[in-house]
Amino acid sequence: MENKTLRSLYMLPYALWIILFVIAPILLVVYFSFFDIEGNFSLENYKNFFTATYLQMTLNSFWYAFLITLFSLLVAYPTAYVLTRTKHKQLWLLLIIVPSWINLLLKAYAFIGIFGTHGAANQFLDWIGIGSRQLLFTDFSFVFVAVYIFIPFMILPIFNALDNLNPSLLYASKDLGASKWTTFRRVIFPLTIDGVKSGCQVVFIPALSLFMLTRLIAGNRVITLGTAIEQQFLVTQNWGMGATIAVFLIIIMVGFMALTSLRRRGV
Amino acid sequence: MENKSSSFANIFLVLIFFILYAPIFYLIFYSFNSGGTMSGFEGFTFDWYRELFQDTRLLIIVLNTLVIALLSALIATIIGVFGAISIRSYKKRRTRNSLLSLNNVLIVSPDVIIGASFLILFTLAGIQLGFYSVLLSHIAFSIPIVVLMVLPKLLEMSSSLEDAARDLGASNWNVLTKVTLPYISPGIFAGFFMALTYSLDDFAVTFFVTGNGFSTLSVEIYSLARRGISLNINALSTIMFIVTILLVIVYYYLTQRSGTKGVGLRR
Repeated sequence: MENKTLRSLYMLPYALWIILFVIAPILLVVYFSFFDIEGNFSLENYKNFFTATYLQMTLNSFWYAFLITLFSLLVAYPTAYVLTRTKHKQLWLLLIIVPSWINLLLKAYAFIGIFGTHGAANQFLDWIGIGSRQLLFTDFSFVFVAVYIFIPFMILPIFNALDNLNPSLLYASKDLGASKWTTFRRVIFPLTIDGVKSGCQVVFIPALSLFMLTRLIAGNRVITLGTAIEQQFLVTQNWGMGATIAVFLIIIMVGFMALTSLRRRGV
Repeated sequence: MENKSSSFANIFLVLIFFILYAPIFYLIFYSFNSGGTMSGFEGFTFDWYRELFQDTRLLIIVLNTLVIALLSALIATIIGVFGAISIRSYKKRRTRNSLLSLNNVLIVSPDVIIGASFLILFTLAGIQLGFYSVLLSHIAFSIPIVVLMVLPKLLEMSSSLEDAARDLGASNWNVLTKVTLPYISPGIFAGFFMALTYSLDDFAVTFFVTGNGFSTLSVEIYSLARRGISLNINALSTIMFIVTILLVIVYYYLTQRSGTKGVGLRR
């Protein structure tokens, strides 16, 4: 009995946090999505969301997030694989993780210099004879910087999955005459798919909502769902529309999580 | 054959490390450039550092950032530890799992949504945007991280330890301070530390909940970077890089210590 009261005493601040900062904010976003800019209750925001402009933007946002996730995966998987084969792999892994602890804004700022008109990237292009070109404020630079930022987050789960792989399975596959490629396709990749999925989760959802990169690197050319929410909340001051976009982002997020974890149970 | 592929792997790994670290060292390199741009190194100078240390506004912002980070990490750690203890005390699996999914909402939600929903929350609650709104939101998004760091340690601890202490006549307070907390202290330190780095790094959430007149480093760097290149930021990032490396070393030391303990027990 005494334990019960003790438990509720421990629980109190945490429960308050859950109610105030987890449940209430979500409900508030949903609630605000039903108000137009004048503060009248209406479904106008939802009607607006299904117009061509917003659907196009959502599609664009998906496309960029897909590209970013794909390229991160293409870089991260081999990197994680090579890392697991090295001596002192934990140390190397730590060194891969260190750049992710450098403030995001500073990394974005570095690329403003590197991709600038006279920056290192253009000097390199000049040097190999291609000639300098506009790099900053393009789709390319946006995807490149986003991939750069997300790579460590993709490597970590894949590394863990590969690291947990039982090596005797690989020996067995080799003994049974499988080529390296077959072993990878039939044994290694299926067994590490969980790592790939959680990697995609931690990249795809934030990639949908990046807004500082679109401003700093893509020069407002790319508008993602995140940029739109920021715009509606802080510039246009149309909280209702911002909240509506946020509702859709939450729905997309929940859907994506369900998709990636449902299959996990199936495997 | 084996040798050839491993040397290819090494080249690949070197390339990845180069790409990951190049932007950071690019920033640091040009922080010593007397030329004032991030292209074309003209001469070595400490001017930018001198200017940085004379910029009282910026120093106040650094101080704000540190105060917010330390305070929010401390409060989040206290609430998080109590939260983890109470989550463990629920024996039913379903209750525990639903508490954990509520716990993880803020970890998986995109920053933009957290920021926007907190902005609505604070505005409705009548909390003025500034120091307290930033502090509260940093506490809010750090709590789940602390719980996730502490809970595994708690679950690993056999409850017979606490029962034994109680049988020997220890009060609840004594059990908590003499048995439970010391046992889970590596998790508490790791949680505190993660909360600290999350707070130091956060941009998106803070950007939504800072009013005029209050700013943290990330937000300040964002507004400076939007205006273009200024080598003050480079000097600042060099210092932040060094601090980050120091923090990583501390963290590595902590996890190594807790890691060996954990492994020893698990086996």
